[in-house]
Amino acid sequence: MQNEQTEELRRYAEEAAAKAASGKELYAAKTDVQAKLKAFMSGMRDLPKEERPAFGKTVNELKEKIEALFAAREEELRQKELEARYAAEQVDVTMPGRKRVQGSLHPVTLVKNQLIDIFAGMGFEIFEGPETETEYYNFTALNTPADHPSRDMQDTFYLGGDLLLRTQTSAGQIRVMQNKKPPIKVLSPGRVFRPDDDATHSPMFHQMEGLVVDKGITLCDLKGMLAEFAAKMFTSDTKVRLRPSYFPFTEPSVEVDLSCFVCGGKGCRLCKGTGWIEVLGSGMVNRRVLENCGVDPDEYTGFAFGMGLERIAMLKYGVNNIKNFYDNDVRFLTQFKD
Amino acid sequence: MKVPYSWLKDYVDIDCSAQELQDKLFSCGFEVEELLYLGKDVTGVYVGEITDIQKHPDADKLQVCQLYFGEEIGSVQICTAATNVFVGAKVPAALNGATVLHDGEVMKIKSGKLRGVPSDGMMCSGEELGINDDFYPGAEVYGILILDKDTPVGTDVRKVVGLDDYVFDIAVTANRPDCQCVLGIAREVAAVLKKPLKMPSFAYTMSEAKGEERNMKVRVEDTLLCPRYIGHAVTDIKIGQSPAWMRRRLALCGIRSISNIVDITNFVLLEMGQPMHSFDMDQLSGGEIVVRRAADGEKIQTLDEKEFTLTHENLVICDGAKPVALAGIMGGLNSEITENTKRVFFESAKFARDNVRRTSRALGQSSDSSARYERGVDAYTTEFGMARALHLVEELACGKVTNVHIDCNHAETAGKKMTASIAKINSLLGIDVPKDTLVGILRSLFFDVKLDKDGDTMSVIVPPYREDVDGWPDLAEEVIRMYGYDNIAPTFLEKASVTSGGLNEAQKRLNQFKDVLRLQGFSESMSYSFFSPKSFDLFGLPSDAPERRAVKIVNPLGEDLSVLRTFLAPAMLDNIVRNLRRGNENGRLFEVANVYIPEELPLKAQPKEVKTLCLGGWGDCDFFDLKGAIEAIGDAFGVKFSFRRGQKPFLHPGVTAEVVLGTKVVGYLGELDPRLAAEFAVEKKAYLAELDYDACARKFTSGTKYEGIPRFPAVKRDLALLADENVACGDIVDTVRHACRAVKEVTLFDVYRGGQVPAGKKSMAFTLSFEGEPNAEKVLSPETVDGFVRKILGNLKHNLGVEIRM
Repeated sequence: MQNEQTEELRRYAEEAAAKAASGKELYAAKTDVQAKLKAFMSGMRDLPKEERPAFGKTVNELKEKIEALFAAREEELRQKELEARYAAEQVDVTMPGRKRVQGSLHPVTLVKNQLIDIFAGMGFEIFEGPETETEYYNFTALNTPADHPSRDMQDTFYLGGDLLLRTQTSAGQIRVMQNKKPPIKVLSPGRVFRPDDDATHSPMFHQMEGLVVDKGITLCDLKGMLAEFAAKMFTSDTKVRLRPSYFPFTEPSVEVDLSCFVCGGKGCRLCKGTGWIEVLGSGMVNRRVLENCGVDPDEYTGFAFGMGLERIAMLKYGVNNIKNFYDNDVRFLTQFKD
Repeated sequence: MKVPYSWLKDYVDIDCSAQELQDKLFSCGFEVEELLYLGKDVTGVYVGEITDIQKHPDADKLQVCQLYFGEEIGSVQICTAATNVFVGAKVPAALNGATVLHDGEVMKIKSGKLRGVPSDGMMCSGEELGINDDFYPGAEVYGILILDKDTPVGTDVRKVVGLDDYVFDIAVTANRPDCQCVLGIAREVAAVLKKPLKMPSFAYTMSEAKGEERNMKVRVEDTLLCPRYIGHAVTDIKIGQSPAWMRRRLALCGIRSISNIVDITNFVLLEMGQPMHSFDMDQLSGGEIVVRRAADGEKIQTLDEKEFTLTHENLVICDGAKPVALAGIMGGLNSEITENTKRVFFESAKFARDNVRRTSRALGQSSDSSARYERGVDAYTTEFGMARALHLVEELACGKVTNVHIDCNHAETAGKKMTASIAKINSLLGIDVPKDTLVGILRSLFFDVKLDKDGDTMSVIVPPYREDVDGWPDLAEEVIRMYGYDNIAPTFLEKASVTSGGLNEAQKRLNQFKDVLRLQGFSESMSYSFFSPKSFDLFGLPSDAPERRAVKIVNPLGEDLSVLRTFLAPAMLDNIVRNLRRGNENGRLFEVANVYIPEELPLKAQPKEVKTLCLGGWGDCDFFDLKGAIEAIGDAFGVKFSFRRGQKPFLHPGVTAEVVLGTKVVGYLGELDPRLAAEFAVEKKAYLAELDYDACARKFTSGTKYEGIPRFPAVKRDLALLADENVACGDIVDTVRHACRAVKEVTLFDVYRGGQVPAGKKSMAFTLSFEGEPNAEKVLSPETVDGFVRKILGNLKHNLGVEIRM
């Protein structure tokens, strides 16, 4: 009799659990079954004392079975619901992502920063001199007196009196040496101005001047440092070639060519078949320039080098027209990432 | 500088090819910009002898010629329309496959038939070989070039007419004016090839002057502008053509032969680098030459028949009455050499380089002479130039050199003396050039070197034409450029002190600043530091606007680039216009650059350079994107910008804000005025902002200031407020913050008009975030927050008439 009832209750529970299609229904079913079970259990009171333990055991087994039954069904339902949710919430992963589109730094800034990184690592400080200068700082102190033909080499925008727009960042050399005693290692980047405006010249462009003054500095040191620069800026096997040149503020003066980093020196369009690319001007600081700045040229020697940042950027990125740098076309500007 | 290979060979026994010489010159500091082979366009043209001429059977104007080219080539039949051919003539003939010039273009010659008769080439005129009479006499004759009758047949015609030659076009650096001539380059070639230099002859004999020239005088009034003036009278002039060798040399350097006397002066210019002039003495009045500054308004007509009005800045050569030459630039038409010239006064002078340069620039008149004077002619060569010219007068037998030689010299002509230490030279170079090699190099460059007993100190006399050498480092340069820069071995500051480098705080901050903008989607632009003064009017600036106080460039490239920037907006607007014109419909740009603010005008001192930020945005970008970028700057550098309604003549009056930092207005932000937008054809809304970077950077705080985080989460309340249309959001936010210190954030999340909102009002929804003190022991209770909200609402109502929306 009891066994029948037990079996019936178990079957009832089984059916109720299976019929429940959601967590909510399952909960209702469970409550219902538990009520029934409670009622069944209350029958224990009417049993003789000796039968009670056996009944209790049966009921407990039944209770456990029912619990397990509902637990399993609950898990089953949760799994189903989850699957339904997964299916419902599926996204098209090929749709575009959401991002704040970042801007880019100007290629001249990027090149400037790269150069600063390289030379800062060698102990260079950064000094930015004024963009408007006097003739003294831009020319005279740099050993370029008024009648000097090299004043023609770089015509000048004048602002009245002896004021002008600096034609070279070398003007900063003088200000550095007047304010700082050797050892000096300074890098001066900045805007410079010359009245040229054609396919290959811009009336404003950027230079970066480097200056080292200390005891025992030699031409070999200049070559060594520029080799280091070339290796870091371009490729590690870039070679440096010095050849004689002329700048009023250096003696000896050299033009510095780098082995072509496109063809490795075999000759290509970039290097016009020569295997070499003219990159910067350089030399040992002229004694007169040191004297002009109160540095004893018998105690100290030094070297200076100057390069055009647009030129470096053109070489590095393959930009072929200097005008691109000042057109500020967003299609141009947003390409530069490094 | 054009230097013919064949001419160089007069002075140096060159035993290498032109290409090898090019490399050697390059290594010692003379870049050959172009190595031109004269015969490059004329190939396969040989000397043939005409052995037979027959009339063409079917064409009256054609003749059928048989030419013999020697055993190797044999005989070739060529038809020609030229009428100057004859049996026995030696002519250049382009055979099948040859190239010649036709109207300056390279033309290929092929065998073919002329009216049915085979013709295996073409006989050439001088023009087809690219030569004129100066290269080969008769080259300008109409018809076929008839060569000298002794020319061997079968020879490549380039060897015959002087095309088998190279011209080096050499870039001479500004410090080497002594190399602006063939002899100067020859000196370098001799040194680099370690060969002796064969000097040309300077010898001449003077004969007693008999005529008026005996009384000739020269007076130099301004010896600074004319440190040396040498004049020499030559009589019995026979004007005629120069010999072929001289004409050819001039032609190779691009100078047309004129007459023997004029050619001599040009030849000396090319050979010695000494500009010379020849006056027709019979046209000089007063029997004197006066070198002086021109009177203001004085006039001269130069050889090329241009007239110039002069000022006292210009130096002139005058006779007793009038200017006869523009010193160093060009002679006067009134005293030029003509075919009737009988007596010549040669001038060889040194003029101050900057004066020649300035006069040449001011008058827009230049010449081969002025080009050399501008870079510098030394007083030593002045004398040798004259001697060379007089020698050539004798060699060409075109005049009698008199003893009338006047030398007004105020210049140093002896070479500079200096001492130099071999050890010091080597220590500057960083390598050890062997002593003998070092001294040998200097001597090969004509430095007079005596080595002292100590074996290190050199007493050096610098060649007088080397005005550029003025210290021992110059000697070091001479040594290394000849010894070879390849010998410089790279070292890495072996003796130098270690220094710490890197950016300073201000420089790092500028980089961070740019990064903030980059991350806000703005790309960096760069524009010229100068702009057009028209911008002031275009931007509607009132006459007393500070922007109008701008520095003018004295010699600008044009009006559009004539004024230093006082604000960046015009350049940014240019960028926007250009981008839109190119179809770039969206963009955000920033530029950080100096504006130039003069203390006083006209300028007495360098203007103040103020670093300024300019933002520009168009397309998918509006006022609040730019504002957000400025706020992001504030977040990054620990400052809070505030914004209040402002005005700018070039911005939309309703969409313009002043940007305030502390109590100072540091910039503006707004939409481009539609009126201006229309003028620039900007069809999208465009936005501009400018900030005084330097003023902002002074307030920037760097580094992190840590504050503990509260133990309890913030409590949030949403408030929907009903405000009059003209109540500013900023005022509501300020009022809220003022009312309650516990408010950490006030975020506007909705603005609504219409519907149940009465006209003239707007509904604004804010989320307020309340936080207790960081060290508070318990969470803010709902009752406490209710109290805060009551106070906030009370203040809003009282201050702004803003009420909670029911």
